[in-house]
Amino acid sequence: MVTEKIINNKRKLPPEVLKTVVIRFVGDSGDGMQLTGTQFSDTSAMFGNDVATFPNYPSEIRAPQGSLYGVSGFQVHIGSVEVSTPGDNVDLLVAMNPAGLKTNLYAVKPGHTIIVDNDSFNKKNLEKAQYATNPLEDDSLENYRVIEVDMTTLTKEALKGIEGLDNKIISRSKNMFALGMVYWMYGRSKDHTIDFFNKKFKSKPHIIEANTKVLNAGYYFAETLELIPNAYSISPAKMAPGTYRIIMGNTATAWGFLAAAEKSGLELFLGSYPITPATDILHELVKHKHFGVKAFQAEDEIAGISSAIGASFAGDLAITTTSGPGLALKGEALGLAMMIELPLVVVNVQRGGPSTGLPTKTEQSDLFQAMYGRNGESPVIVIAASTPANCFDYAYQASKLALEHMTPVILLTDGYIANGSAPWKIKSIASLPEIKNHIIKEAKENWHPYERDEDTLARNWAIPGTPGLEHRVGGLEKDRNTGNVSHVPENHEIMTWTRAEKIKRVQNNIPNLATSFANQGDLLVIGWGGTFGSLYSAVKQLSEEGYKNIGLAHFNYINPLPKNTGEILSKFKKIIVCELNNGQFVNILRMNFSGIEFLPFNKIQGLPFANDELIEKFKLLAQ
Amino acid sequence: MEPAVKEYTYKDFANDQEVRWCPGCDDYVILRSVQKALPEIGVKKEDVVFISGIGCSSRFPYYMDTYGMHSIHGRAPAIASGVKLANPQLSVWVITGDGDSMAIGGNHFIHVLRRNINLNIILFNNEIYGLTKGQFSPTSRVGQKTKSSPYGNTQPPFSPGELALGAQARFFARIGGNSPKEMTDIFIQAEKFKGTSLVEVLQNCVIFNDGCFVKYTDKSVREDKQLFVEHGKPMVFGKNRDKGLVLNGLKLEVATIGENGITQEDLLVHDAREKDPTMHQMLVRLEYPLVTGIIRSFNDVTLEEMEDALTAQVREKSSFKKADDLFFSGEIYEVKGE
Repeated sequence: MVTEKIINNKRKLPPEVLKTVVIRFVGDSGDGMQLTGTQFSDTSAMFGNDVATFPNYPSEIRAPQGSLYGVSGFQVHIGSVEVSTPGDNVDLLVAMNPAGLKTNLYAVKPGHTIIVDNDSFNKKNLEKAQYATNPLEDDSLENYRVIEVDMTTLTKEALKGIEGLDNKIISRSKNMFALGMVYWMYGRSKDHTIDFFNKKFKSKPHIIEANTKVLNAGYYFAETLELIPNAYSISPAKMAPGTYRIIMGNTATAWGFLAAAEKSGLELFLGSYPITPATDILHELVKHKHFGVKAFQAEDEIAGISSAIGASFAGDLAITTTSGPGLALKGEALGLAMMIELPLVVVNVQRGGPSTGLPTKTEQSDLFQAMYGRNGESPVIVIAASTPANCFDYAYQASKLALEHMTPVILLTDGYIANGSAPWKIKSIASLPEIKNHIIKEAKENWHPYERDEDTLARNWAIPGTPGLEHRVGGLEKDRNTGNVSHVPENHEIMTWTRAEKIKRVQNNIPNLATSFANQGDLLVIGWGGTFGSLYSAVKQLSEEGYKNIGLAHFNYINPLPKNTGEILSKFKKIIVCELNNGQFVNILRMNFSGIEFLPFNKIQGLPFANDELIEKFKLLAQ
Repeated sequence: MEPAVKEYTYKDFANDQEVRWCPGCDDYVILRSVQKALPEIGVKKEDVVFISGIGCSSRFPYYMDTYGMHSIHGRAPAIASGVKLANPQLSVWVITGDGDSMAIGGNHFIHVLRRNINLNIILFNNEIYGLTKGQFSPTSRVGQKTKSSPYGNTQPPFSPGELALGAQARFFARIGGNSPKEMTDIFIQAEKFKGTSLVEVLQNCVIFNDGCFVKYTDKSVREDKQLFVEHGKPMVFGKNRDKGLVLNGLKLEVATIGENGITQEDLLVHDAREKDPTMHQMLVRLEYPLVTGIIRSFNDVTLEEMEDALTAQVREKSSFKKADDLFFSGEIYEVKGE
């Protein structure tokens, strides 16, 4: 184990060039790890790297200091090449306390680096982390390169002489010492973070000074530290030219709706009830009153969707956001929206289920609920976003499909992509596709509310306030020719078929399924929604290793399926369907393509697929 | 200038649908009273929306030639809230029953009142489930024998008025189902009131709970058993207009004018506009006389007014006019082509 603490001024070696690196910052909930990680990822993105991040907070709001369950972490994956997941195992772990080390050591690649705040490894913290002996003093870390730094002491020293700092501020700024070190190690500029201090603490110059000093101290400490023989260089990635920002999945979802509202010329209404991990969409949209967004925090999930149905009836672009258990509560109202054929988007940020399940973990187990979780024959459009950034596109697309087909749309995301972040090439409103709607302003002779567009079968949308179009809708079956209540048996059957056919025809308005890496071959890897990054990285790696017989088809459109699905399936010998559930999409495919064999590959641990497990499985099948 | 609202009659609000309530049901009275009230409120027909839940009463929107939605059980207040927030210009009415609003929709009922969104709720209270054929409801009385309580109901009832005032209702009125004239006037006042107006109609179900209010509403006893309150007027009742309410300590008492030196001046004067609901609660709870009319009508800021003011404030301060302003703000960076 390397644990010298010698500092000398030996000349450093030139930087070692890396393609990608995964760093995890961990510490106490109060140690500022989210901020540290965000600063590192933003700085790296601005440098030109591709970036993917994932936060990991404790589910307790203020967990006791130093406890194992109070550890907060932030993982960032940066690369000079395309990066599509936050990464599995880490090249560098920065642990601000023993609990952070204990709970995250499993993720460090053997032989790789751990930076610890040596000062925090005292008796009290070691006991809280349930260490019998100090891991820095026994052999337990001998497979890693451990860099022990007296971070608290050095931070205090750096801050000597600045007026107005109490102990709390001093101990809170040691995360900037760690960040400074990591900046040096990866050849990053400190400028972005110093700019950030200047903006964030405008009215508190002593805080700006303190944080800047500590950041610099960490940076120069790393530069002079013998233990870090060289810095690493990760060149900018090749990314499409344009203006970018780092965006979180939930923010991207919210912004997709802002864009859809502006493009469609409708006002945006959100009816929602707080639920993890969907609440950030509500948090984001309530901010945007300047765009006229009406965000209504309702008394429960049912009122969330019901108020949105009311707003849709009154002519708004209406959405409701939730997670698994909330979707269960919304089921009846969603059936009403389907029956009265109003545009509505329901976002389900999936989490581990069933029941309360694993609220802070990711899963894809609400697919059946989205497809079938209503009474009666009640098809709706089901689509899924697959990356943090494309949550924007699918929120936009969900709105477009809802308005163009006069139907509820369920948009599935999940905790993994909702909380993850990645670069987003910003889309201006002008660059987005048009959104049509079925609003009518005048009644023709014998007008009735269930008159349909011939192509899409969408009914017309007569909005209260329009003279001459007064009408009643409701959950009771309607006569297809008048819109009045009807219990006629044949009419019910025809209306049921019509509603089903209406959803089927959405196929004409969605893109075909595409394959990556191979158009035909031995193995087709199928996924849907938030597993895209994991599957893409794995198949890409295999392709680079010479497995040119493996293709990837990732689904964003689930109901209806893309028109060419069958054609793509027919071009491969074996098909494996990878899902974070017990096998749901695989059964939907079996139901639709009964002659084809689909192998399920499932994981139900509240975690994304790990690269290794995918590679192993795919190799086995592709041979 | 706003074009003058067309002069309507009640017929303009009726449509060609055959009304399918049981013959003799008070629902017919309520329907006609609403159709008569609407021409008086100065709202264009296309701006009127009726939202109902599930139950006999909730068929109501089908019989109105306005915009309407027959929705799902208990959720009408939430749906109507969405309609009103989406378009505050609309005159929005919720039609509900005692099962719909007090049981399955209890949560939405209390929260819509708390928020004070400007809409009107007509609660058809018949103290029974009619559409499911005669089970006790949250307003059925203890001991009442129904299909689901053959030996007598053991669940104590809600008083809708008490519940509503507890949930901060700003407007509460109660009226017998056989008082169309007063009912019509109350509906007009309810619509004119800015905020959530709740009107409880004591509605007789001729099939499953016939006569449940007869001791108060029958023509022969009505004047003696009901006190119809009006804001600013003394609380007088009785065929001879010789009875009224006085306060004895913390209790309301019936006094007779001319007895024990009581004169009209000694009677309480109804103040519907008082913010403190204590007296309104006492009036709501009174069993003799049963208090009808507009019991509470306290003017307060509405949710829409607060939201509008906030939106205006945010708009004024914000530099974001279009979504692009937001998207291209803050931490953005350029990636240049090679």
